[in-house]
Amino acid sequence: MVEHRPWLTVVTHAILILGCLIIAFPIYITFVASTHTLDEITSSFPIFPGSHLLENYIRALSVGPRDLGATVGTMMLNSLIMALGISFGKIFISLLAAFAIVYFKFRFRMFFFWLIFITLMLPVEVRILPTYKVAADLNLLDSYSGLIFPLIASATATFLFRQFFMTVPDELCEAHRVDGGGPIRFFFDILLPMSRTSIAALFVILFIYGWNQYLWPLLITTDESYYTLLIGIQRMLAVGDQQAEWNIIMASAMLAMIPPVLVVIFMQKQFVKGMTETEK
Amino acid sequence: MEKRVVFKNKVLPYLLLAPQIIITLVFFIWPATQAIYQSVLQEDAFGLSRIFVGLDNFKYIFSDRIYYNSIYVTAIFSFSVAAISMSVALMLAVMADRAIRGATTYKTLIIWPYAVAPVVSAVLWYFLFNPTVGMIAFFLKSIGVDWNYALNGTQAMLLVIISAAWREISYNFLFFLAGLQAIPKSFIEAAAIDGASPAKRFWTISFPLLSPTVFFLIVMNIVYAFFDTFGVIHAITEGGPNEATNIMVYKVYHDGFLGLDLGGSAAQSVILMVVVISLTVIQFRYIERKVHY
Repeated sequence: MVEHRPWLTVVTHAILILGCLIIAFPIYITFVASTHTLDEITSSFPIFPGSHLLENYIRALSVGPRDLGATVGTMMLNSLIMALGISFGKIFISLLAAFAIVYFKFRFRMFFFWLIFITLMLPVEVRILPTYKVAADLNLLDSYSGLIFPLIASATATFLFRQFFMTVPDELCEAHRVDGGGPIRFFFDILLPMSRTSIAALFVILFIYGWNQYLWPLLITTDESYYTLLIGIQRMLAVGDQQAEWNIIMASAMLAMIPPVLVVIFMQKQFVKGMTETEK
Repeated sequence: MEKRVVFKNKVLPYLLLAPQIIITLVFFIWPATQAIYQSVLQEDAFGLSRIFVGLDNFKYIFSDRIYYNSIYVTAIFSFSVAAISMSVALMLAVMADRAIRGATTYKTLIIWPYAVAPVVSAVLWYFLFNPTVGMIAFFLKSIGVDWNYALNGTQAMLLVIISAAWREISYNFLFFLAGLQAIPKSFIEAAAIDGASPAKRFWTISFPLLSPTVFFLIVMNIVYAFFDTFGVIHAITEGGPNEATNIMVYKVYHDGFLGLDLGGSAAQSVILMVVVISLTVIQFRYIERKVHY
């Protein structure tokens, strides 16, 4: 920059640090609460970590909260299965669909394209009951397939891959055909390796999306052994007049945040790419 | 836009499309048409009888004071979430764009809450504002505020707005920062040489150039506040107290799933569908084409 304003620089950093602190504050307090006993939390407001970290986390993971019937360990596993199932499922079916739409000419191509496009406009929130009914009729309640399949149709992923395929030079396809290769070889040998970065970016976004699903698992799981962690946390909170077990709830909340936050921090480049490309 | 070189195969493209189309038809299109169909029926809770009632469900909804309240609550909620999270994010993004040293560190520190689920964000703030264990609630009481969101509707609304906006700051920050970094530095430098102050440079150069991002984010934030915040409401207030936080999506769930008013819930779903479709159309038509300089 052409000018020098030391005061403004100080103010800039001050505002940013303040912003970061405000953003981090609730998480810090959550962490602190997860290291104290319930008595300590309810009798005072601890602002420094206590000495019960291992105790709380081990109890949450292996025994689980009072009266819930599932351990946080099980629920984390369910969340993980759901998140991975959704991300791989979406990537897989979207890759195939985008490949068909870009590299083939066939009847009703545009019709199918629009059919996929329409899913953008039908989030699960606007078709709660009928989708629940379909899942019930197909015997998908309280099952992993039920948690995963209804959520894996994705217009955004299909569009992203379509857009990417459009930028792949025609010469590659031409050369492949001159060599006598068919579409399936082309897909696996050329298109798939070239899509690596798009797939990685999409994976980060979809993993977070899948892990953070709430309404759908809430509808279709009544059996505790299929609860995802987020549903479990809500159940721990909804104890009516009893004292909620805040130390365990906070440990569970930390465990619910850690996987997606780690994914964002360690795959930040892919995350930013995924965000800006899928949404715009 | 079409490819010049394509494969010829009669069956393969349909096979490739099949998984996506089947899922779409079974879990998206069919339930959506069912919702539309049910919205013109009156059904009892056990599914024993159903009669065609035309637009009666809609008439009933639009004569219902509670539904108008829900629209009002949703409007306040989404406007506040969008306004708070966007203004905080814009300020932080402008600062991070300025701070050449440490910009990446700040970026990492600000974007990660995006990975926190709305419902977890709700739990964190619920804990802080909880009248019996919450630190902020205690502080508010000590300065004389009668804090109890379980009884006070305004306070409950404030709590869900904070919970929903907190996480959305990261999302808005990411897009504002990308938008700011796309503005050619030469524009800003030229203005600086002409003696324009940083504030003036922001309002006359950066902000107008950011307007496509601003419009895009307004739409995305409204979509978020309308639909993705279900968990926040469900975990903290369950629409209460006295309907004060009963946003439209929560009401669909509540009336249909707990109240078993199938026709009414379906009619509300249809209204929400119209909302999403309009927002999507605005996003694709208006924003892509018109807001350019």
